[in-house]
Amino acid sequence: MFESMPALLGAGSADVLPTTVGPGWLWLVPILALAGCVACGLCLAMRVRTKAPAWIVVGLLGIAFVLTFMGYSGWDSASAQVVKVFEWIGLSWGDSAGQSLSFNFGFYMDGLSWLWMLFVTGLGTLIALYASEYMQGDKGYARFFAGFALFVFSMACLVMADNLVLLYLGWEGVGLCSYLLIGYFYKKPSAVAAAKKAFIVNRIGDLGLALGLFLTFVTFGTVQYDELFALIDQGVAGDMARTPLSEMWQTWAIPLLLMVGAFGKSAQLPLYVWLPDAMEGPTPVSALIHAATMVTAGVYLVARFFPLFAFEGVPHYALWTVGWVGALTALFSSTIAMAQFDIKRIMAYSTISQLGYMFAGLGVLSTVGAASHVFTHAFFKALLFLACGAVMHGFAGQLDLRKLSGLWSVPGWRIVCVTMLIGCMNLAGVPLITAGYWSKDMIMAEAFVTPGGQIIGWILLLTAGLTAYYTFRVFFRVFVGPVSFEPGDEHHDDEHGHDNGHGGGGGFHPHAPGWAVNTVLAVLALSSFAAIGLYFTDKPNGGFVGNLVGDSTAGYVTPYGHHGADDGHDDAHAAAEGDVRFVLVADPPAHASGDATGGDHGADGTPDAAHASSGGLILGMDPHKAMYYISAVVGLIGILIAAVLHGPLGMGGLGLGTRTEAARSKADELLPALGPVARWAQHKWYVDEFYDFLLRTPLRVLSHVFHAIDKLLVDGLVNGLGLLPRAMGSALRPSQSGVLQGYAAGMAGGLVLLLVIVLIFM
Amino acid sequence: MHLLADSMVMGQVTLAHYLLLSAGLFAIGMIGFLTRRNLIIMFLCTEMMFQAAGLALIAFSRYHMNHTGEVFVIFVLTIAAAEAALALALVVLCFKRRESLDASAWSELRG
Repeated sequence: MFESMPALLGAGSADVLPTTVGPGWLWLVPILALAGCVACGLCLAMRVRTKAPAWIVVGLLGIAFVLTFMGYSGWDSASAQVVKVFEWIGLSWGDSAGQSLSFNFGFYMDGLSWLWMLFVTGLGTLIALYASEYMQGDKGYARFFAGFALFVFSMACLVMADNLVLLYLGWEGVGLCSYLLIGYFYKKPSAVAAAKKAFIVNRIGDLGLALGLFLTFVTFGTVQYDELFALIDQGVAGDMARTPLSEMWQTWAIPLLLMVGAFGKSAQLPLYVWLPDAMEGPTPVSALIHAATMVTAGVYLVARFFPLFAFEGVPHYALWTVGWVGALTALFSSTIAMAQFDIKRIMAYSTISQLGYMFAGLGVLSTVGAASHVFTHAFFKALLFLACGAVMHGFAGQLDLRKLSGLWSVPGWRIVCVTMLIGCMNLAGVPLITAGYWSKDMIMAEAFVTPGGQIIGWILLLTAGLTAYYTFRVFFRVFVGPVSFEPGDEHHDDEHGHDNGHGGGGGFHPHAPGWAVNTVLAVLALSSFAAIGLYFTDKPNGGFVGNLVGDSTAGYVTPYGHHGADDGHDDAHAAAEGDVRFVLVADPPAHASGDATGGDHGADGTPDAAHASSGGLILGMDPHKAMYYISAVVGLIGILIAAVLHGPLGMGGLGLGTRTEAARSKADELLPALGPVARWAQHKWYVDEFYDFLLRTPLRVLSHVFHAIDKLLVDGLVNGLGLLPRAMGSALRPSQSGVLQGYAAGMAGGLVLLLVIVLIFM
Repeated sequence: MHLLADSMVMGQVTLAHYLLLSAGLFAIGMIGFLTRRNLIIMFLCTEMMFQAAGLALIAFSRYHMNHTGEVFVIFVLTIAAAEAALALALVVLCFKRRESLDASAWSELRG
């Protein structure tokens, strides 16, 4: 199975990006975020009660975004810019290879880093602006923004790092900040539990990353990207003998370990459990984690080390695992999302599902598809979360879709509704007009043309239908239909002055979002459209994202990469296929007979023939073309089902929907037919309970055993030693009679003894 | 022993006589100290042991025909006088506390 992966072209034909010295001021980007954190810390110390922390962070992150954009504009796109800030560690314990460890605090800016940094700083600024209003009146205002800025700083370190250790620092920093911000409401036990869960589950993944880091150093003798990727490009290890990588087990083991880290951070099976619980944090934090700063780190890691993941000549265990786990996670979490009632939680499961798409994309060698999906997902998921957050904020913490309905007709909520619709359309993959459709399509199409990836493709296709259904289930139930809502039980002590109606049902007036929230939502909605434009820019080379990925370590093997591009095809996908960097082969003999020269079979203008020998046809068409139609149809069917089951009665004259009240829909009538399956899905397939049974309970029992051992053995030993002097004392104590004559007799006896000794022995 | 017997036969008083007397005095003092419970008696017994030591020193001083021992005894006598003043004061205080001169009334330090 592992041998059926596409055989990549020989290492010699793929050229690693040359490195140039980048602008020295790039260090300002992370430092500005850090400065924001420090400034908020000062605000906290000085008990600033104004909105100053928010404006400081928004301003600094805004400047960081502008600087990133300037840096990106000045980047020549044919090289990776390396910026050395200072030498961080320089150790040496011998003269031979592998006996020194030195790396800089420095940045490695290629297409991948630029892409990530653009949306990390950009979305960070927007979400901070949103939070300036959302968090208003909260006691921990400055604390929140300090954590927020530190989060962006950590992510910047992770993405911009020019070595694995700095990446690891950022990686852990992101984990720490997620802990701090998920547990922001530290007086709420569920928030504290969620924060601990996120931290501990991430710790499991981080172990994999740490081991991968160690093994990388042991194998290559360096952790600096430029040296590392040059070695991988030459296909040799870093030892004296320059052992070919294809002969080393480390070549497939390192990606496996890095993959574990990526699964933890990016919430993939089986380590996804922390992400839904992370909803306990304030909504802007959820948006930040899901869209920009945390969960995409795993995708970034795999894309960054793609040359190693897809290294030719060794089994691609890691790549296959990434692909399959991604696909299964996508399907699994979307089934859970279908049965949830908490709209924020549905969005959380949709994030896990979309991350599954990204990993599946990486697994089927579509780094461009994965990166594109990260990029478009960043916008529409931030949009969805912030819209949900606005609803939650306005309705006193109400998130149950059974208790909210018809927001479209509530005054002041139109912008939220429209932007929510745009977000839902992106997530559902409404054809042609949404960026989410194009990026998701890219992954699915690539799955079908990658040998052995067809099943992944079918799983992803099914998931696309489910995604459309559960996304529009939320939209149809909450945002359209008869107006009806129950407020939640959260009381804001803010200055909106509606303190008379909370919890009172009839007297409750939801407060509509203010300008900051509306502006951010509108900007994000427009950005998600702008992302389509970027997709079609320079289409033959895979669009804006494709270009960037092509100029990065991930573009090393991408079929969209523009190194040695061979244009001349009208169809975008076919053209992209024209400059394949690897040969797709179902079985080696076919490869040998049909593609003797290797690597340029697309150049003869018969991509269909090429696929016939490799990925196969779907409906007699090139899978790339077919997937446009199939995924569009699947998405629309999902939306249609959601409309019939959850749409309000009549649905604007279309005669589709049936729902007449907030709490019930036609879907409820179908539930008995599903039997226990629906209940299982609603209980998240009892995964948490299973983990409790498998891990937490045994660990708890073990901890009690250890406690007993500590109490009996260790404490017993120490207490036993303490008893020894006491026992000796009680033996000697009777000699102290307290009678004066007794002591005198002792002295006299001693004297006599001395006398006797003197008389006898002298 | 024959030295002592010889001198007794000859009717002379030698060093041995003085030392025997000193040892006897010391033993009586010590026995008194060990057997009596009255603080004043015990104090007197210590004085007796002092004088026994003094007598031995004088005897040796005479025997060696120098004055070192005699000088020592002068010092011992002086210190014994000072010590007697202190010790009697202590005895008075002890008596005031316990209304008794019994040494066994003071046995708090029993282990």
